[in-house]
Amino acid sequence: MGFELTQEYTLGHLNYWLFSVLMMTGLYIVVAKGNLVKKIVGLNIFQTSVFMLYISMGKVIGGTAPIFPLDMEIDPDVIYTNPLPHVLILTAIVVGIATTSLGLALIVRIQEEFNTIEEEDLLQIERAIAHSENAIHGEPMGGRA
Amino acid sequence: MSVEATQTAMTLTDHLPVLQVVVPLVTAPLIVLIGSRRLTWTLAFVASVISFAIAILLLMQVIDGSVISYNIGGWAPPLGIEYRVDAANAFVLLLVTGISTVVLPYARESVRSEIPARHHTLFYAAFMLCLTGLLGVAITGDAFNVFVFLEISSLSTYVLISMGSYRDKRALTASYDYLIMGTIGATFFVIGLGMLYMATGTLNMADLAERIADQGSNRTIRAAFAFIVVGMGLKVAIYPLHLWLPNAYTYAPSAVTTFLAATATKVAIYVLLRFTLSIFQPNFLFQVNTLEFIILPFAILAMFAASFIAIFQTDFKRMLAYSSIAQIGYMLLGISLLSENGLTATVAHLFNHGITKATLFMGVGILVLRAGGSFYNRIQGMGETMPWTSAAIVIGGLSLIGVPGTAGFISKWVLIEATIEKGWWPVSVLIVLSSLLAVIYVWRVIETLYLKAPLAGTDYKEAPLSMLIPMWILALACIYFGFATDVTINAARTAAQGLLAGSAGML
Repeated sequence: MGFELTQEYTLGHLNYWLFSVLMMTGLYIVVAKGNLVKKIVGLNIFQTSVFMLYISMGKVIGGTAPIFPLDMEIDPDVIYTNPLPHVLILTAIVVGIATTSLGLALIVRIQEEFNTIEEEDLLQIERAIAHSENAIHGEPMGGRA
Repeated sequence: MSVEATQTAMTLTDHLPVLQVVVPLVTAPLIVLIGSRRLTWTLAFVASVISFAIAILLLMQVIDGSVISYNIGGWAPPLGIEYRVDAANAFVLLLVTGISTVVLPYARESVRSEIPARHHTLFYAAFMLCLTGLLGVAITGDAFNVFVFLEISSLSTYVLISMGSYRDKRALTASYDYLIMGTIGATFFVIGLGMLYMATGTLNMADLAERIADQGSNRTIRAAFAFIVVGMGLKVAIYPLHLWLPNAYTYAPSAVTTFLAATATKVAIYVLLRFTLSIFQPNFLFQVNTLEFIILPFAILAMFAASFIAIFQTDFKRMLAYSSIAQIGYMLLGISLLSENGLTATVAHLFNHGITKATLFMGVGILVLRAGGSFYNRIQGMGETMPWTSAAIVIGGLSLIGVPGTAGFISKWVLIEATIEKGWWPVSVLIVLSSLLAVIYVWRVIETLYLKAPLAGTDYKEAPLSMLIPMWILALACIYFGFATDVTINAARTAAQGLLAGSAGML
């Protein structure tokens, strides 16, 4: 399975390298950032990287836009790019938009209820609630839950 | 492709596979458009009953091992999207629609007490969308279509969970966490699909299976497999990827928890089964190693770790959430055995645990309705004041442990048989040991309900009939399927054979 890391290989797969970089950047933001909106931004970058993966693999070298001429006289010599991944990713983009808007709506509600959108503050508030619940309901466990 | 696939469907019976998904899908916007609060529930219920009837008709057609193939829009696969019903997914369809039909009458009262009236129409619309998504995931024969339906069900699930915020504001953060993790999971799944498409040039499941079998294993396919297993693993809540589950189940409205616990993770397990067994070949070495050295240890870890955590909970609902993670361990264990018996156990447990958990979560919902919470010291002594509810909870609890005579026993028995058949007797011992942990956490509930004095100054009435009847239907089902073992085991075995036949089973 050996392959050489030649210049051609590296540059030829530039899209895929960028896909990996974007994907990891997005994931890192989701994990590392404490602000809920920033997490959504990270999630968006992560999803966008997948769009890039799909669109890259639809590319056929030397291929043109996959639109047949109006008279439908298709020249067999013309190479068309594969339109299927593009169509697929349109669906994924819609899903991404829905996820983002739902995530942002949830953040608005969280801000209303908790008065903060920082993960650490949220954890602290939740810990305080859990603590007070334990004080009341922890007795069956000898005071700890 | 055979002749049947190219024929266009003519009668209504031929259109059943698509109607299965379309009925709830159309009902969702209809509910919002009509907007009448009184009609909302009726519409949702009627749609659910129709779906249930369709699922029964479909199962009856495929129980002998045959396969229904339906071409969406008349476009023949592999180019068009294909709906493909065989014993395995007909079984899942039956579970999902059955649970939704039982949960909806129950939900009426429960939702009325937990969610403000102005959100009821949207609640039922989201519920219908969630049902659509789950049914679509189960019925489709197109890999990318799985992703689309998965996201339909996930997005509506996030909404449904966040509706718990009227009781406890932590439902919002639980829903947000699930949104983040669920989206990462779904995106991993899409990356995996992209890689499969790169390697094979097709997205139709039967076609994928054939082409993967032809070209054998290569790095792209292995990477695709890893991405798909991790992505689905997040949805299934395989042990280290389960972090979203306890909060989501605890803070969601009772009816939603009941529905999700019985269906959502089960559908995700079905997808995992479909991908690991039908699309990738069961003898594909990388996969065998993954199942044996990664999934199996995590499954056993889940059985113990999650059960231990469940023992130390003070909230009944949260305890059940952790126990769900442990039970998912049993199902994964069945998959990792890669034998007919193991898969039969998985499919049977999928069904049995679905009805068991639904019974228990319905019990929780009723206790919440009366006591305002499900903490143990809130619900103590309710065995006297609410005998019917408590009795059903006991039946569900026994089935959760796997006591003979209940549904839970049958699937665990087949699972133990499968491990012995494979010669993995230490695993069989572990299954029994972890069931003992279940005895402890179920006993704590029974003790709380029956052996403790009711709280002073409380005077709880028995639950309304609209909630008791659905709960008892499921509780009696737990007993019925504990005795009528042929029904579940035969259906599960047909499903397992279909799945294990790999690509052969798909053609």
